[in-house]
Order: sequence, then C-alpha cells, then structure tokens
Amino acid sequence: MEIRVNPTRMELNRLRRRLTMAQRGHKLLKDKRDELIRQFMILVRKNKDLREHIEKELTDAFAKFLLARAVMSAENLEEALMYPTKVLRLDVHRQNIMSVYTPKFDWAEEETGGGEGSSIYPYGFVDTSAELDTSIETLSNILPQLMELAEGEKSVQLMAEEIEKTRRRVNALEYVLIPRLEETIKYITMKLDESERGALTRLMKVKDMVRAKT
Amino acid sequence: MSTYKIAVIGDKDSILGFKTIGVDTFPVTSDQTALDTLKKLVSENYGVIFITEELAQGIPDVINELHKRYLPTVVLIPNSKGALGIGIEQIRKNVEKAIGADILFRKEG
Repeated sequence: MEIRVNPTRMELNRLRRRLTMAQRGHKLLKDKRDELIRQFMILVRKNKDLREHIEKELTDAFAKFLLARAVMSAENLEEALMYPTKVLRLDVHRQNIMSVYTPKFDWAEEETGGGEGSSIYPYGFVDTSAELDTSIETLSNILPQLMELAEGEKSVQLMAEEIEKTRRRVNALEYVLIPRLEETIKYITMKLDESERGALTRLMKVKDMVRAKT
Repeated sequence: MSTYKIAVIGDKDSILGFKTIGVDTFPVTSDQTALDTLKKLVSENYGVIFITEELAQGIPDVINELHKRYLPTVVLIPNSKGALGIGIEQIRKNVEKAIGADILFRKEG
C-alpha cells in the first residue's frame, strides 16, 4: 500500500528525506534492541539462579520456623519476636540501563537500641527453641540476596517491557513505514517519468504539426 | 532520593520470622485482605514488598500491574509449604515477552 500524495517533485523530495530519516531511526532502534536483549539475558540468567537459590533457602527457613512454632507456645513465640533489634532502611537510587530507569536499592540496618549490639536474636535463649535460632539466622543471611533479587526482578520486568516496545517500533518501521515510503517514491518517479514522456511526445507532435503547416 | 520501607505479606506461619530482621510484617489469610493490604502498602512509602506465592496467586492482576511500575517492587517468595513455581514462571514469561521465544528454559523441558 502506498501513501496518497500528489505526484510532484517537491513531494518526492519530501518523501526521500522521510525515508532516509526512517532508515536511520530503524538502524538505531535495532541497535538499541540488540543491546537491550544482550543485557536482559545476562540479567535474567543471574536472576533465575538467584531465585532458585532463594526459594530453596526460604522454604528451608520457613520449615524450621514452623517447627519452632510447633515446639513453642504461640504466646511465647509472639513475645520472643515482639521487639526486633533492627529496622531496615531502604534508599532507592535511579539506575539507567540503556535509558531504562530501574531502581537500585541501598539498604541499611539500624539498631533500635537495646544495647545488645550485634546479636540478630531479639530474645533471650531461655524459652525459645533452637529451630527458631536457625530459622532467623537463615533469614538474616539471605536478606542481602533477597534485596538483590528484588532489584533484579524489577529491572527484568521493566526491561522486558522496554524491549517489547522497541521491538514493535523496529518492526513497524521495517515492515510498514519503510516499504510504504519506498512504494510511494517509486509511484511518484514513475508518474513523473510518464508525464515527462507525455510532454516530450506532445512537443514532437506539435513540432510536426507546425512544420506541416508551413 | 528518599527513604523507603520494606514489607512482607503472607500467612503468619511463614512471615513472622521476617519481623526479627527489621521487615514490617502483615499477616493475612484471604485474597481480599491481601489485596487491601497490598493496595494500602502501595500508597504508603514501601519500596519493596515481598508476598507469598500462595497469596499472589489469588490477585495476579494487581501484581502484574505493579510489575510495570517503577516502584514498589513486588517480589514473590515461597511460603512454608514450599515454592509453587510462580516466581520462576514469571521470569520465563518475561523472557518470552522480550524475545518472543522461551530460550531460557527450553533446554530443560
């Protein structure tokens, strides 16, 4: 399908300019898409491994926690966990991957006082079970990876979105706009050539007629 | 740049442990309360929200919608009964969406 235009030389020039622009845009977008996909794949692979690892660890920690819950009375457990020794603070920076803005998390633990210092356990060891300790230790150890996963997953989601958008643009240029422009340019050139030929024959004819009269 | 908080939504048995490491916990059991809690947390200043797969299963629309946003980040975690494979499935879907074919998991399946 071609674009409807007047077959004039001015229109032809305009279309030619549009075509070069479209081709340049197409090339750029294609490069962008390729690079995005390359980075995306690296990120996705990393993410997949991380997630598998985390799922295993977390299930483990939860199972232990369930055991602790079974061994201890609900009140005891609630009481033990009532006052955490830490508060997590999260700072978010913007990170630019190929003009996709993804959050980058910086997190810090803040002691809430209590003076105990480095202990991750907010309770005494008297009436808590050992499973609770291991469960919380696993959780505490896995937290950095969890934050990394959160960051990675968000980046992957946003990049997938951007790649899809870019791919659509590339395809629209490649399969719709550029062929149409080329088609139309061809149509105008043919039309112009045709009218040129028409003018030429007319001129020759007129010349013949004029010569015949004299 | 500002400071955000971290939350976890899930069944009580799974998530109580998170409290000790400084994450805000929101124990819920039904899909409806999970949805309400999630919406509330989104409007507040939470940067990362962990939610168990079991609950996420019931409210896929909201989760997918949040995935398109810059913040907050919603991360699916397994609960005490084990992983349901939704988290991995989402990675697979993302790959499919971006590349058009599932090139990450094909080798295994």
